[in-house]
Parts: sequence; structure tokens; C-alpha cells
Amino acid sequence: MLETDFCGLKMKNPTVLASGVMGCNAALLKRVAREGAGAVTMKSIGPKEKEGHKNPTVLEWEHGLINAVGLPTAGYKNAEKEFKELEKCKSPVIASIYGSSIEEFTEVAEGIIGFEPAMIEINISCPNTKREGQIFGTSPEVAAEVVKAVAEVCGKIPIMPKLTPQANNIAAVAAACEQAGANAICAINTLGPGMVIDADARKPVLANKFGGVSGPAIKPIALRCVYQIYEAVSVPILGLGGISNGRDAIEMAMAGATAIGVGSATFYRGIEAFKLISDEMKTWMKEQGVKSIKEIVGAAHD
Amino acid sequence: MSELPQIVKITKVQRETGEHHTLFFNFKAEAAPGQFLMVWIPGVDEKPISLSKISKEELAITVQCKGSWSKRVCGFESGTKIGVRGPYGNGFSTEGVKKAIIVAGGCGSAPLMPLVEKCLVEGIETKFILGAQNAKKLLFKKELIEKLGDNLYITTDDGSEGTKGFTTQTLEELLGKEKPDCVYSCGPEIMMKGVLDICQKKKIKSQLSLERYMRCGFGVCGQCVMDDLMVCKDGPVFSGKTLSESAEFGKLTRLKSGKEVSLKEFGDWRQC
Ligand SMILES: Cc1cc2nc3c(=O)[nH]c(=O)nc-3n(C[C@H](O)[C@H](O)[C@H](O)COP(=O)(O)O)c2cc1C
Repeated sequence: MLETDFCGLKMKNPTVLASGVMGCNAALLKRVAREGAGAVTMKSIGPKEKEGHKNPTVLEWEHGLINAVGLPTAGYKNAEKEFKELEKCKSPVIASIYGSSIEEFTEVAEGIIGFEPAMIEINISCPNTKREGQIFGTSPEVAAEVVKAVAEVCGKIPIMPKLTPQANNIAAVAAACEQAGANAICAINTLGPGMVIDADARKPVLANKFGGVSGPAIKPIALRCVYQIYEAVSVPILGLGGISNGRDAIEMAMAGATAIGVGSATFYRGIEAFKLISDEMKTWMKEQGVKSIKEIVGAAHD
Repeated sequence: MSELPQIVKITKVQRETGEHHTLFFNFKAEAAPGQFLMVWIPGVDEKPISLSKISKEELAITVQCKGSWSKRVCGFESGTKIGVRGPYGNGFSTEGVKKAIIVAGGCGSAPLMPLVEKCLVEGIETKFILGAQNAKKLLFKKELIEKLGDNLYITTDDGSEGTKGFTTQTLEELLGKEKPDCVYSCGPEIMMKGVLDICQKKKIKSQLSLERYMRCGFGVCGQCVMDDLMVCKDGPVFSGKTLSESAEFGKLTRLKSGKEVSLKEFGDWRQC
């Protein structure tokens, strides 16, 4: 009922662990897969070892999370052990990469293709990776440049740029990425940046002051982005942003997502979130007489 | 209700040893022994710190004036404001325990103090092994003497007080004579590895409190991972059984970057 083929990735259900959530090491990723995720995404890997920001880095505010972890990474040169251990993962593994220049993106991609991840997610949407103050994913031209360069080194491994809701025209960015060789589109990364100030402390709470907003608060924006992207491209979409329960996931599928990412929901529902969401999707589908999740992908479109 | 830090005023500062300070504050929370708070100094940093006192009226944390964050905290007086969120983690369990031995090394006695309190309230027969490098660093010695009398065993590396040697040697001696239902421990991981090995050999249950570099504190970011466990949420207290199956306990930890390193390489990473 929930079996999903996403770009050749065979998934038992459409839920995917979002990048940066519980994805620091192979053992925990494998546990997330055992706990029910249809696929898992590793935390974004960068060119060089990096510590990330000082704490506080991740907070829960009333309607979601806000984070400025600062893309800590052991660097692709230290990633071999995790990749090797992930060969035994029960669900397909998506690697996520970032860089601060086109050269760095291709360097990281080249550094990890030998490990044959099921797919490579290109993080062109993190507020921490910018060129001339602009996030790569805000401009269709720049996004396409990155995708084209990474596509050239990736051979048969499917690539999937991850887009930012900060783009003025996210559909145009997605279309440019498809043209440049993207096999799928992932949307959305965190929204914002936003900020939390504590009145009593008279200070911003995140050490980085600003951070990306995720969780229930961003669901309407994520749905709108995926809806627009669906109309602009023909490659499959991994939709995420604020998906917390089965009904949210169904709505995300109706907006046009074939696979459905889950990140912040693990705060509210624990590592069991993937199984819970899948079960709730099945319950809804049974009630509605929907036999396969495929039937409803894009159903919200005219 | 959000989980953002709440600003609280320090109501009292108690000097324990020359380098350990206990800060009391009012924060309404249902907290269990072994749980921790994320403690934020606005504009400086945020760190996970175990609760060293738990009562209806107030909570306390004990810090060692070592790193730059902790030195800052050690300068705080009553009235200073700090941010706290939590409590997080699982805490120690005393279910089914009638007889306990508690092993503390260095600043490891901090999270074990509320456990002592709980054991006494529940009528659990409790022995406590307190170890430190030297007499000056024996944290909570006075309080433990008051609470436990002869059931407190002191060891120092240099022999300046109590038995010269390590806590693990005293534990082995005690276990030669008696069989507790559970051994609880907190301290340097190398010491706890020794405690675990002794308990496994003697087939005695144990619960050990671990530390890894943390960020979120609530089981989302995955930074504090050990094997497939998140220390902040699945722990910080783990059973001896779990740890005896661990590939990383006593051997590996992770830097802020997520890079895996040996405990040795990490040096003395445990900051109270
Ligand atoms: C703590 C945290 C860390 C994240 N780290 C990354 C990352 O390294 N790379 C990335 O592409 N996205 C990262 N994200 C964004 C998520 O993958 C996801 O796109 C976003 O949180 C929206 O989904 P959600 O509402 O389900 O969390 C992170 C999100 C959170 C909450």
C-alpha cells in the first residue's frame, strides 16, 4: 500500500529521515531505518572538518524548532567508516553534501561517489552555505550551475538538489535544476532565518542569533512550495517541512511529493515517528478506499 | 508551552571544594536523580549539567571551575540570572533495588547525590565509594559522611585521604564480601569501564551515567550519539547490559564536528 519507488530507490513506505536529524553516524541511521523510515538521509557532509556553531544551537519554540547548528561535519575524508557500516542499512541511504563553492560541491561529490549512496542530495539551501551572501538555491542560474557540475561527477547515482523556501520563485529554481540534470527535487529546507529573543535575558537565544525554522509552523509554506514545483517539473519530489502525522503526509503527497521527509516530528513523536506516520497514512487510506499511495500523489492539483 | 530556556535567579552559591561550586535556583520541574538541565549563560554558551540537588522548592547544579564556561559560572553570585531548560534524560532507576553500591569519581558525585537521597528515602541499604585525585578534590565528602557515616568509602589517587588507589579496587573488595542488587556509577569513562567490567564479571547489575558533547538535549540532532543511542534521550543513564554490548563505550567519543576519536585523544573531556 505504501511501497514507493522514488527515483529507483525501493522504499517500504514513503517516509524519509530528513538530513541533519539523528544522521551523524551509521548506527543511529540504521536504527531509524529499523524503526520504520522508508529511506534515511545522512547529515550533510562538507569539504573540511568543521565544528559548527556554539550552543544554543537547537531550540523548540511554541510552533516548531529553530536551529543554527552550523553544518558541523567530520568532512568527506572522514566519512568512509560510516558509509561502510551503512551498507547493511535496511533502507536506502541518501547522502547529503554541501560546499561553499561549485568546486567544493564537486570535490565532496567526488569524494563520496565511491561509497555508492543510493542517491546524493545537494544541499544548496542551507543558510550556512552562501556565495556572495546569496544562498545557492535562491537563484535558478546558480542552482543549475551547481547541479550541472555535480551531475558530471556523479555518473549513474541519482542527484537531488534540496531547495530553499527563500527563493523568490522556487518553481523556476526547480525547473532550472531539472534542466541541469537533477533526477529529483527535495523541498524544503528550513525557513527564515528566524530568531528567538528572551525578554528576561534581553538577548537572542541561539548563539548564532539567527536560525532556520522547521516543524509544524512551516507546513503551509512547504505544501505551497511542493505544489508549485510539481507543476513545474516532471521528476519526482521529496517533500518535507512540518510533516508530523499521517494526515500531514497525505496532504504532502497530494501537493505532489512521491517521498515524504520527516525531521522535526521526531521531537514531538520520538524515533517512532516514521512508523506512526506510516500507520496513520494506512488508516486514512483504508477509510478512503485508496489502494496505493501512488494514487494520491499530486491529487490536489486541478 | 515551549522548551525554550527560562531565566532563573541563582538564590544561593555553595562552595564545595576549592574548584566546585553548587548553584541553587528556583525552577519548577518534576526531576529525577540522574537527569540534567541545559544551562544557558546568555551570550556565552549552553551546556548539559546534571542536577546535584532536587527538592520541591529548588534545584541545584554543581560545576567545576575548569573550562571557560565553567569558570564564568563559578564567578556567579546569588542574584545572577541563568537560563535553564529541561530536565532531560532518563535518570537512575531504583526499581527492585534493596541494596546498592554507588561509585563516584571526580565530579561524578554530582548526579549521584540526588540518588543517595532517593535511596535513603526508599530504605535502600547504600554504600558509597568516593574517589578523587587528592583529598582537596573529594566532592560532597562532608554531606556524604553526614548521610552515610561508615558506609562512605574514600579513595584518593595519592593517598592524601582514605585508601590510596582507585575506586574500582575498593569496589572489587566490597563485592568480594557482598552482593548488591545494583551498582551505580558516574565519573571518568575509563573508571566506569572498570566498574562495568567488575560488575559483569560478578554478574551484578549496574547503571552508569555517561556524557557526550550535546546540542539539542532532546533527541533530535544526533550529536551525542554512542552506537545507535542518543545519550541525551536514551540516556544519560545506561544499564551495564547495554554498555557491555556497546562498541563505543570506554573507547570512542565524538568531537563537535562529529568526527570519531578515542577517549584518550579527547583527553579529559568530562566537564562538570
Ligand atoms: C537540527 C536540524 C538540523 C538540520 N540539519 C540539516 C542539514 O545538515 N542539511 C540539510 O539539508 N538540512 C538540515 N536540516 C533541515 C531538515 O532536513 C528539513 O529540511 C527541515 O527541518 C524541514 O523539515 P521538518 O519540518 O520536518 O523538520 C536540519 C533541521 C534541523 C531541525
